[in-house]
Amino acid sequence: MEVKNNNILISHAPHIWRGFSTGKIMYMVVFALLFPTAASIYFFGYYAIYLILTSVVTAVLTEFVIKKLRRRRFIMDGSAVITGLLFALTLPPRLPLWMAALGSFFAIAIAKEAFGGLGYNIFNPALAGRAFLTMCFSREMTTWVIPPNFNYDAITGATPLGENFTYQADKISLYKDLFFGNTGGSLGETSAMLILVGALILIAFHVIDWRIPVFYIGVVAFGSFIMGKDVLLQVLAGGLMIGAFFMATDYVTSPVTRRGRIIFGIGLGVLTVLIRNFSNMPEGVSFSILIMNAFAPLIDKYVKLKPFGFYKKRKNA
Amino acid sequence: MKIVFKKKRSFRGLSLPENKITAEKSIEDLPVPGEAVIPLQQNIGASCEFMVRRGDMVKTGQKIADSKGYVSAPIHSSISGEVSKIIKMVNPITSNVMDAAVIKSDGEDSRVECDELFNIRESDDFFSLKRIIGSIDKEEVLKKIREAGIVGLGGAAFPTHVKLKPPPEKKIYTIILNGCECEPFITSDHRVMLEKGREVLMGLYIIFKLLSPQNVYIGIEDNKKDAIEHLEKLIVMMNLDDLFKIVSLKSRYPMGAEKTLIKTITGRSVPMGGLPMDVGVIVNNIATAKSIYDAVIEGKPLIERVVTVTGAITNPKNLKVRLGTSIRSLIEKCGGYRSEFNSIIAGGPMMGISFANTDFPVTKGTNCILVKKRRLQDEQNCINCGRCIDACPMDLMPLMYVRNTKKKKFEACKEYYIDNCIECGACSYVCPANIPIVGYIKTCKSELSKK
Repeated sequence: MEVKNNNILISHAPHIWRGFSTGKIMYMVVFALLFPTAASIYFFGYYAIYLILTSVVTAVLTEFVIKKLRRRRFIMDGSAVITGLLFALTLPPRLPLWMAALGSFFAIAIAKEAFGGLGYNIFNPALAGRAFLTMCFSREMTTWVIPPNFNYDAITGATPLGENFTYQADKISLYKDLFFGNTGGSLGETSAMLILVGALILIAFHVIDWRIPVFYIGVVAFGSFIMGKDVLLQVLAGGLMIGAFFMATDYVTSPVTRRGRIIFGIGLGVLTVLIRNFSNMPEGVSFSILIMNAFAPLIDKYVKLKPFGFYKKRKNA
Repeated sequence: MKIVFKKKRSFRGLSLPENKITAEKSIEDLPVPGEAVIPLQQNIGASCEFMVRRGDMVKTGQKIADSKGYVSAPIHSSISGEVSKIIKMVNPITSNVMDAAVIKSDGEDSRVECDELFNIRESDDFFSLKRIIGSIDKEEVLKKIREAGIVGLGGAAFPTHVKLKPPPEKKIYTIILNGCECEPFITSDHRVMLEKGREVLMGLYIIFKLLSPQNVYIGIEDNKKDAIEHLEKLIVMMNLDDLFKIVSLKSRYPMGAEKTLIKTITGRSVPMGGLPMDVGVIVNNIATAKSIYDAVIEGKPLIERVVTVTGAITNPKNLKVRLGTSIRSLIEKCGGYRSEFNSIIAGGPMMGISFANTDFPVTKGTNCILVKKRRLQDEQNCINCGRCIDACPMDLMPLMYVRNTKKKKFEACKEYYIDNCIECGACSYVCPANIPIVGYIKTCKSELSKK
């Protein structure tokens, strides 16, 4: 839209810009994700670092190569870093590195770039990559370990949502472990506290909308209550926290309007409760988000805002 | 009696860095220019036709163009001298080619003699002035306003006499004087309020007498505390405190847009596609009120206005200039450029029009000249973040206009009420992908109007 003429720009108004660019938003999300990342390294040892680095580097390299192949400009806007990091945080702690690389490649190449790149993807790339790995390597993708605290030879064990999960001590220390993260599960999902720290930073800076996570978690809590489940366990365990705050709030794959986001959050909650209670999978966050991603364009189509001064017109008509 | 009221904002909008660097600078006169370029289209509505030809001698304040259309305002020569040529120039707002008269000054600045002037020097106290205003016939006042070529000086340039004569079935309950000046950098209205507060209030009193509404509000953003205090004092002094109320508004962009201002002050929403008079409100700008006073009491047509020259300028100033003066001489008066720049903007940074050079004249709607350096940023993909929706004061979905205009689905934009957009630029300002959303909206609107 800008025409250069003797070094003087002719452009449309406005002539000032807030400067809160896509890149800045993305790196703020990366910063917020460092908290759950730190938790994953603390609880699952050095192998977590290898997994995270593998998937981030693969994601950025894949994006770079594909942009070059498509003859588009490669912008280091951080979106590939987020995808790689988020993807790594959804992985089981002892996944072979080559599988992580493959999943990360799938996330960027198929789920993001094949749809047209940032802004055009229908599904959350990180979750699409995870779903791909779950289909291909279902055994490795469901091998969980109890946090070994830098002990590489971890013992395998069930996640809190699994059927054969048993906990020896009383309930209070179970909730404590779930909140601080000393429990089995994917890399990034264990510590609810550090996820909340990162998410609150993002909400405070208006990077993510509070509506999606609040309605999502609220509906899951309510649904679990109705199903007669342990509400706190259902909320704190599994991928709900990281999914609600960091994946469901992905701009591209969620609705744009505030009302649409509330509907989106409620839909997510309902799906998660249904999957957790009626399917043969213990966890349903990632698939609920992928399913609702497909509905986001539909929500945007039907949830329209009433513009300023709308009510008068309807009264007269 | 309490005069100043506070009101909260009633729309989303945004807060902008104000950058009102000329707020403390009093208005300076720019000398009469050697040449004035006076374009024909200076208002919304019918455009004028020239009443003078090449070689004619004109005087300051002489009417040189007029139109038979009702929604129009005549244009006056701002200097005395010879009409040296009629040139073609591009109207920056509509991109149409229009005529413009070039008047060479004879250096005398001899004015047209005005008949029936009120001798205000003798009756300088407000009470006799009020009596005089009360005694003038309404039609006479409207005629004077039209003949003086007064249009809305806030930027839209809608002929004022049309605004002040609503159809009889529309009862006007409220008059709002718009002193918000919500755009960054601009301070011309602020200075007019401080230095010509008396004239502004008398102009408002004339409007009040014309329409006899129940409420008269002066809306001023709370970043102009001195103006609020000054006008408050004047209102008390002029014994108008039972009529005029000042509303101190939260400084928020776009508070000065007509619809948001009405919503904030009266709580009523102007219906879509409607005018403020549909909810019984008429909004006038500060500078307009001042020029109404000039026209009705002093018999002066609209030939000069206050312009803020700011940005990358050595001495940013508020200048009182004759219409038709070249922007170049304004910038020279302010000491030229201070630093590197790459855009010259007439109007504020949010809604102003950028020009390729400084060879364009001050027109009735020019309230600010802003020279600044703009960082060049590429447009990136929309990431669906919804910030444009959160910023839109009209509760629209600007990203939908970008999407549909890119696909050339202009009709689809209508479903999202594109006509309701006031092009305030809030969406483009917040867009993280730096998409020129307003540019897309303008493209879409012009495509729609072609059909």
